[in-house]
Amino acid sequence: MPTVEVAGKSIEVDEEGYLVNLSDWDEQVADYLAKEEKVEMTQNHWEVVNFLREYYSEYQIAPAIRVLTKAIAKKLGPDKGNNKYLYELFPYGPAKQACKIAGLPKPTGCI
Amino acid sequence: MTDELEMEEGGGVVKKFMFLNRKAPYGTIYALEGLEVVLISAAFDQDVCMAFVDDGVYQLMKNVDTTGIDMKNFSKTYRALEGYDIEKLYVEKESMEARGLTEDDFIVDVTVMSSAELAALMNEQDVVISH
Repeated sequence: MPTVEVAGKSIEVDEEGYLVNLSDWDEQVADYLAKEEKVEMTQNHWEVVNFLREYYSEYQIAPAIRVLTKAIAKKLGPDKGNNKYLYELFPYGPAKQACKIAGLPKPTGCI
Repeated sequence: MTDELEMEEGGGVVKKFMFLNRKAPYGTIYALEGLEVVLISAAFDQDVCMAFVDDGVYQLMKNVDTTGIDMKNFSKTYRALEGYDIEKLYVEKESMEARGLTEDDFIVDVTVMSSAELAALMNEQDVVISH
Protein backbone atom coordinates (compact mmCIF):
# COMPACT_ATOMS: atom_id res chain seq x y z
CA MET A 1 0.00 0.00 0.00
CA PRO A 2 1.26 3.52 -0.77
CA THR A 3 1.51 5.99 2.08
CA VAL A 4 1.31 9.77 2.28
CA GLU A 5 2.89 12.11 4.81
CA VAL A 6 0.54 14.54 6.55
CA ALA A 7 1.79 16.71 9.39
CA GLY A 8 4.53 14.25 10.21
CA LYS A 9 2.22 11.24 10.21
CA SER A 10 2.49 8.43 7.69
CA ILE A 11 -0.95 7.44 6.37
CA GLU A 12 -1.87 4.45 4.24
CA VAL A 13 -3.96 5.07 1.10
CA ASP A 14 -5.14 2.78 -1.69
CA GLU A 15 -4.09 3.09 -5.33
CA GLU A 16 -6.81 5.70 -5.94
CA GLY A 17 -5.88 7.77 -2.90
CA TYR A 18 -8.69 6.72 -0.54
CA LEU A 19 -7.72 6.24 3.10
CA VAL A 20 -7.21 2.61 4.08
CA ASN A 21 -8.00 3.22 7.77
CA LEU A 22 -10.89 5.51 8.56
CA SER A 23 -9.39 6.21 11.95
CA ASP A 24 -6.45 8.03 10.30
CA TRP A 25 -8.79 10.86 9.33
CA ASP A 26 -8.65 14.30 10.88
CA GLU A 27 -9.14 17.80 9.49
CA GLN A 28 -5.50 18.11 8.47
CA VAL A 29 -5.78 14.87 6.50
CA ALA A 30 -8.98 16.19 4.91
CA ASP A 31 -7.17 19.37 3.87
CA TYR A 32 -4.40 17.29 2.34
CA LEU A 33 -6.85 15.07 0.43
CA ALA A 34 -8.75 18.17 -0.75
CA LYS A 35 -5.54 19.69 -2.13
CA GLU A 36 -4.84 16.46 -3.99
CA GLU A 37 -8.32 16.77 -5.52
CA LYS A 38 -7.74 20.48 -6.22
CA VAL A 39 -10.75 21.39 -4.09
CA GLU A 40 -10.61 24.63 -2.10
CA MET A 41 -12.44 23.77 1.13
CA THR A 42 -15.11 26.26 2.21
CA GLN A 43 -17.73 26.01 4.93
CA ASN A 44 -20.11 24.53 2.34
CA HIS A 45 -17.58 21.83 1.46
CA TRP A 46 -17.11 20.98 5.12
CA GLU A 47 -20.85 20.72 5.56
CA VAL A 48 -21.04 17.99 2.91
CA VAL A 49 -17.92 16.22 4.19
CA ASN A 50 -19.26 16.19 7.73
CA PHE A 51 -22.63 15.03 6.48
CA LEU A 52 -20.93 12.09 4.76
CA ARG A 53 -19.02 11.16 7.89
CA GLU A 54 -22.25 11.14 9.88
CA TYR A 55 -23.94 9.05 7.20
CA TYR A 56 -21.09 6.56 7.30
CA SER A 57 -21.12 6.30 11.05
CA GLU A 58 -24.86 5.60 10.95
CA TYR A 59 -24.96 3.13 8.04
CA GLN A 60 -21.37 1.91 7.55
CA ILE A 61 -21.38 2.74 3.84
CA ALA A 62 -20.67 5.74 1.66
CA PRO A 63 -23.94 6.59 -0.11
CA ALA A 64 -24.49 6.61 -3.87
CA ILE A 65 -24.84 10.13 -5.28
CA ARG A 66 -28.60 9.78 -5.75
CA VAL A 67 -29.00 8.73 -2.13
CA LEU A 68 -26.64 11.45 -0.92
CA THR A 69 -28.56 14.14 -2.80
CA LYS A 70 -31.85 12.97 -1.34
CA ALA A 71 -30.48 12.72 2.20
CA ILE A 72 -28.90 16.19 2.01
CA ALA A 73 -32.15 17.66 0.68
CA LYS A 74 -33.93 16.18 3.66
CA LYS A 75 -31.47 17.51 6.21
CA LEU A 76 -30.17 20.77 4.71
CA GLY A 77 -32.97 21.64 2.30
CA PRO A 78 -33.49 21.42 -1.47
CA ASP A 79 -31.12 24.37 -2.13
CA LYS A 80 -28.25 22.08 -1.17
CA GLY A 81 -29.71 18.68 -1.93
CA ASN A 82 -29.39 18.90 -5.69
CA ASN A 83 -26.84 17.84 -8.26
CA LYS A 84 -26.01 21.34 -9.46
CA TYR A 85 -25.02 22.58 -6.00
CA LEU A 86 -23.03 19.45 -5.17
CA TYR A 87 -21.21 19.34 -8.50
CA GLU A 88 -20.26 23.01 -8.10
CA LEU A 89 -18.59 22.11 -4.82
CA PHE A 90 -17.05 18.85 -6.09
CA PRO A 91 -16.74 19.07 -9.89
CA TYR A 92 -15.33 15.56 -10.36
CA GLY A 93 -18.26 13.88 -8.66
CA PRO A 94 -19.58 14.80 -5.23
CA ALA A 95 -19.85 11.23 -4.01
CA LYS A 96 -16.39 10.31 -5.19
CA GLN A 97 -14.46 13.47 -4.25
CA ALA A 98 -16.33 14.33 -1.08
CA CYS A 99 -16.09 10.73 0.14
CA LYS A 100 -12.36 10.72 -0.46
CA ILE A 101 -11.89 13.97 1.45
CA ALA A 102 -14.12 12.63 4.23
CA GLY A 103 -11.80 9.63 4.54
CA LEU A 104 -14.49 7.15 3.48
CA PRO A 105 -14.24 4.27 1.03
CA LYS A 106 -15.62 4.65 -2.50
CA PRO A 107 -19.42 4.91 -2.53
CA THR A 108 -21.49 1.76 -2.75
CA GLY A 109 -23.89 1.77 -5.66
CA CYS A 110 -22.03 4.18 -7.89
CA ILE A 111 -21.73 3.13 -11.50
CA MET B 1 -43.92 -12.83 -19.68
CA THR B 2 -42.83 -9.62 -21.43
CA ASP B 3 -46.37 -8.29 -21.73
CA GLU B 4 -46.71 -8.40 -17.95
CA LEU B 5 -43.73 -6.14 -17.40
CA GLU B 6 -44.52 -2.60 -16.40
CA MET B 7 -43.07 0.14 -18.52
CA GLU B 8 -41.68 3.16 -16.73
CA GLU B 9 -41.96 6.67 -18.14
CA GLY B 10 -38.63 6.66 -19.91
CA GLY B 11 -39.65 3.49 -21.69
CA GLY B 12 -37.24 1.26 -19.77
CA VAL B 13 -38.39 -2.15 -18.65
CA VAL B 14 -38.92 -2.64 -14.92
CA LYS B 15 -38.47 -6.21 -13.76
CA LYS B 16 -39.26 -7.74 -10.42
CA PHE B 17 -36.05 -8.80 -8.69
CA MET B 18 -35.85 -10.84 -5.52
CA PHE B 19 -32.56 -11.17 -3.68
CA LEU B 20 -32.76 -14.29 -1.60
CA ASN B 21 -30.46 -14.47 1.43
CA ARG B 22 -29.92 -17.87 3.01
CA LYS B 23 -26.60 -17.56 4.82
CA ALA B 24 -25.50 -16.23 8.19
CA PRO B 25 -23.97 -12.73 7.95
CA TYR B 26 -20.46 -13.46 9.16
CA GLY B 27 -18.16 -16.38 8.46
CA THR B 28 -18.61 -16.16 4.70
CA ILE B 29 -18.62 -13.14 2.42
CA TYR B 30 -22.01 -13.96 0.83
CA ALA B 31 -24.19 -11.69 2.96
CA LEU B 32 -21.96 -8.60 2.66
CA GLU B 33 -21.35 -9.04 -1.07
CA GLY B 34 -25.04 -9.81 -1.58
CA LEU B 35 -26.01 -6.60 0.21
CA GLU B 36 -23.63 -4.60 -1.98
CA VAL B 37 -25.21 -6.12 -5.08
CA VAL B 38 -28.63 -5.04 -3.82
CA LEU B 39 -27.42 -1.47 -3.17
CA ILE B 40 -25.88 -1.29 -6.63
CA SER B 41 -29.02 -2.72 -8.23
CA ALA B 42 -30.95 0.22 -6.75
CA ALA B 43 -29.30 2.47 -9.36
CA PHE B 44 -31.24 0.72 -12.12
CA ASP B 45 -34.71 1.65 -10.80
CA GLN B 46 -36.01 -1.90 -10.75
CA ASP B 47 -38.70 -3.41 -8.53
CA VAL B 48 -36.42 -4.94 -5.89
CA CYS B 49 -37.25 -6.96 -2.80
CA MET B 50 -35.16 -9.02 -0.39
CA ALA B 51 -36.09 -12.28 1.29
CA PHE B 52 -34.38 -13.78 4.33
CA VAL B 53 -34.62 -17.55 4.75
CA ASP B 54 -32.75 -20.21 6.78
CA ASP B 55 -29.68 -18.72 8.53
CA GLY B 56 -30.17 -15.63 6.34
CA VAL B 57 -32.57 -14.32 9.01
CA TYR B 58 -29.53 -13.76 11.23
CA GLN B 59 -28.40 -11.02 8.82
CA LEU B 60 -31.06 -8.72 10.26
CA MET B 61 -30.18 -9.20 13.94
CA LYS B 62 -29.95 -6.14 16.18
CA ASN B 63 -27.05 -5.50 18.59
CA VAL B 64 -24.39 -7.33 16.62
CA ASP B 65 -20.83 -6.91 17.88
CA THR B 66 -18.09 -8.03 15.48
CA THR B 67 -15.08 -6.83 17.45
CA GLY B 68 -14.04 -10.40 18.28
CA ILE B 69 -13.95 -11.61 14.66
CA ASP B 70 -12.18 -8.67 13.04
CA MET B 71 -14.88 -8.08 10.41
CA LYS B 72 -16.68 -4.86 9.59
CA ASN B 73 -20.07 -4.71 11.31
CA PHE B 74 -22.38 -4.13 8.34
CA SER B 75 -25.60 -4.82 10.21
CA LYS B 76 -26.39 -1.10 10.28
CA THR B 77 -26.19 -1.00 6.50
CA TYR B 78 -29.54 -2.80 6.23
CA ARG B 79 -31.02 0.39 7.68
CA ALA B 80 -29.69 2.31 4.67
CA LEU B 81 -31.84 0.25 2.27
CA GLU B 82 -34.79 2.57 2.80
CA GLY B 83 -32.78 5.51 1.45
CA TYR B 84 -32.04 3.40 -1.63
CA ASP B 85 -35.82 2.86 -2.04
CA ILE B 86 -35.58 -0.82 -1.17
CA GLU B 87 -38.39 -1.19 1.30
CA LYS B 88 -39.74 -4.67 0.69
CA LEU B 89 -37.97 -6.99 3.12
CA TYR B 90 -39.49 -10.41 3.75
CA VAL B 91 -38.60 -12.89 6.45
CA GLU B 92 -39.74 -16.49 6.32
CA LYS B 93 -41.76 -17.25 9.44
CA GLU B 94 -40.59 -20.86 9.78
CA SER B 95 -36.91 -19.91 9.64
CA MET B 96 -37.42 -17.10 12.14
CA GLU B 97 -39.32 -19.27 14.62
CA ALA B 98 -36.97 -22.25 14.30
CA ARG B 99 -34.20 -19.93 15.54
CA GLY B 100 -36.23 -18.59 18.45
CA LEU B 101 -36.42 -15.10 16.93
CA THR B 102 -39.23 -12.56 16.67
CA GLU B 103 -39.66 -9.38 14.63
CA ASP B 104 -38.36 -7.42 17.64
CA ASP B 105 -34.93 -8.97 17.15
CA PHE B 106 -34.48 -7.28 13.76
CA ILE B 107 -32.72 -4.00 13.01
CA VAL B 108 -35.27 -3.00 10.31
CA ASP B 109 -39.02 -3.36 9.77
CA VAL B 110 -39.83 -6.54 7.88
CA THR B 111 -42.84 -8.42 6.61
CA VAL B 112 -42.99 -11.93 8.04
CA MET B 113 -44.61 -14.52 5.79
CA SER B 114 -45.03 -18.26 5.71
CA SER B 115 -42.96 -20.50 3.49
CA ALA B 116 -45.98 -21.02 1.22
CA GLU B 117 -46.63 -17.27 0.89
CA LEU B 118 -42.98 -16.63 0.15
CA ALA B 119 -42.96 -19.38 -2.46
CA ALA B 120 -45.93 -17.74 -4.19
CA LEU B 121 -44.17 -14.37 -4.11
CA MET B 122 -41.03 -15.93 -5.50
CA ASN B 123 -43.06 -17.31 -8.35
CA GLU B 124 -44.15 -13.78 -9.32
CA GLN B 125 -40.59 -12.53 -9.75
CA ASP B 126 -38.87 -12.07 -13.09
CA VAL B 127 -35.47 -12.70 -11.54
CA VAL B 128 -34.48 -14.43 -8.30
CA ILE B 129 -30.86 -14.09 -7.22
CA SER B 130 -29.85 -16.38 -4.39
CA HIS B 131 -26.82 -16.14 -2.18
